[in-house]
Amino acid sequence: MQDELFAARDLTIALPGSQGSMIRIVENLSFSLAPREILGIVGESGSGKSMTALAIMGLIDVPGARITGSMLFKGQELVGLGARALRRLRGREIAMIFQDPMTALTPVHTIGWQIDEQIRAHESLSRAGARARTIDLLGEMGVPDPRRAADRYPHQLSGGLRQRAMIAMALSCNPSLLIADEPTTALDVTVQAQILDLLRRLRHNFGSSVLLITHDMGVVAETCDRTLVLYAGNVAERGPTGDIFAHPGHPYARALLASIPPLHGVRPSRLLSIPGQPPSPAERPAGCPFRPRCPQAHAQCEQTPPMVRRGEQDIACVLAAPEPVQA
Amino acid sequence: MTPIIEARSLGKHYRVAGGGLFGQSRRTLRALDNVSLHVMPGETLGIVGESGCGKSTLGRCLLRLTQSSSGRVLFEGEDITTRSERALRRLRPRMQMVFQDSYASLNPRRRIADLLSEPMRVHRQPSGAPHDRSFIAQRLRDLLDLTGLPISALDRYPHEFSGGQRQRINIARALALQPSLIVADEPVSALDVSIQAQIINLFTDLRETLGLTYIFIAHDLSVVRQIASSVAVMYLGAIVERGGTDSVLHAPAHPYTAALITAVPEPVVSAGARSRVILKGDVPSPVSPPPGCRFHTRCPKAEARCSVEIPALRPLVPAPDEALHEVACHYPLHPASNVPDRYATG
Repeated sequence: MQDELFAARDLTIALPGSQGSMIRIVENLSFSLAPREILGIVGESGSGKSMTALAIMGLIDVPGARITGSMLFKGQELVGLGARALRRLRGREIAMIFQDPMTALTPVHTIGWQIDEQIRAHESLSRAGARARTIDLLGEMGVPDPRRAADRYPHQLSGGLRQRAMIAMALSCNPSLLIADEPTTALDVTVQAQILDLLRRLRHNFGSSVLLITHDMGVVAETCDRTLVLYAGNVAERGPTGDIFAHPGHPYARALLASIPPLHGVRPSRLLSIPGQPPSPAERPAGCPFRPRCPQAHAQCEQTPPMVRRGEQDIACVLAAPEPVQA
Repeated sequence: MTPIIEARSLGKHYRVAGGGLFGQSRRTLRALDNVSLHVMPGETLGIVGESGCGKSTLGRCLLRLTQSSSGRVLFEGEDITTRSERALRRLRPRMQMVFQDSYASLNPRRRIADLLSEPMRVHRQPSGAPHDRSFIAQRLRDLLDLTGLPISALDRYPHEFSGGQRQRINIARALALQPSLIVADEPVSALDVSIQAQIINLFTDLRETLGLTYIFIAHDLSVVRQIASSVAVMYLGAIVERGGTDSVLHAPAHPYTAALITAVPEPVVSAGARSRVILKGDVPSPVSPPPGCRFHTRCPKAEARCSVEIPALRPLVPAPDEALHEVACHYPLHPASNVPDRYATG
């Protein structure tokens, strides 16, 4: 499709394990992102969601790591792209924010100085011009009194303000793709609500697409247009968020949703829980990775599951609806 | 009936470095301010609030793991506020704690058998006799059984277990001396959702089998709703609202509670936009809390009186039919007017 901003196809990320083996952290991952779209990648710890983000940014620096498949950004292939070309994209075209803003901000400079630097690294702008843009950005991110805030050091700001400063920095060059890796996990709910509100407005104010990586199904439901559910490095299901939450097709997606205690309505006497735990990347079973924990597993699950199309959903399960798509 | 644990006007103050070049002017951080509560046997009290609201400090003060600065703590009617450590030791087996970080709570160099039997080697039986070897061996098997761990776990070390299983080990150890009260501080917040459900179910099952009383401290409202029979909501060191779980979470009377509830992202995609209260700003520093009602700086309903007069915790009028529902607000949201249909319990 032409109108895609980003498309990953059969993306596989393998890291060297012990005794020369390669451990596949992410396997055959395919997804696409349209302009101004918010796509959620949701999964439990170890599902490979953060690895995917780092791969897009070209930030996997493990010696011997092997990335195969394809990642097209505005038609340009990112897999195998040189460091120089990547650096030109990073920050300007693709930006990333993290769970802990302190990892992205240096403690020895004011946040204003740091955002100025970022702007000046990518655009020829005077110091005063950069600072004016910085103050505008901080204001747009909902930082009260942005002129004063720009002169503060990261440790002088609260968690919510630091997160806003980091988002301001990420957006300083108007990237078309913002990757947000658990951006609200460390925040309190009332502050999380503010930041999610901000992310939802980015597409209008900045025209940015957002790849939101989270473990929180609630955050996905409230923020993302489309959702990709990862399990053990593989796509379990992807499709429009509303469809997935209303009719989850994969047994894992179904169980995951059912295991969340509800805030409203009937309170179950016991929660539905998934027995066992996700396999570590080195110990994934052959065939469907969810098979050992799946209540509906049978002999066919020992083969790699087909990607089944149901409406606009893609479900990696043999039991999902009839019409399989050709892979 | 005597409450199993009771706090009367409990306060915990810390002296922290304040202004001045070398922080020589010291200021007081009020982690807990005039907190009163009681928990009846068999009840589960959920304590909710955002980081820094004092919920963990409260849990620690109740068990006297932290010495409170003012007020009193009563365990089964006995005042334990100033008890010596020695005198407390007799009561320790009856009150236990489970922490968030399942790994930091377990000595990595000791086998699970040693970790689980240690409380029994340290403490005597209620009769005064030491726990003997065969008793301990039997008790270890029972504990594994209760918490759903395999017998093979005994010879292994903490790092060989996943986070969920390590939390089971922590719970097993807390149960070793057959306590009546367990204070659990964010016991499931470090776990993945699918594992979290297993541990919540375990807490529920144990309460039924062993008749335990819990104080369940958590920031996640839906987790608290699942386990707690009553809820106390804290903000900046004080309880702002408390009552039966359904009453507080479905018909909140304090604007903060209402904001907290609507801020929770729910795993439901609804056609219409949710009516939500997005609070401005962050929680103020507990070193310099706002005067009057501590929430007035962020409160959408604040009026002039709120910045002057501290609201007391008082029962709602008319009182809802179930447990007492109290709120510390000059202008509480009327519970009836705040109950849209979707909040109705099914």
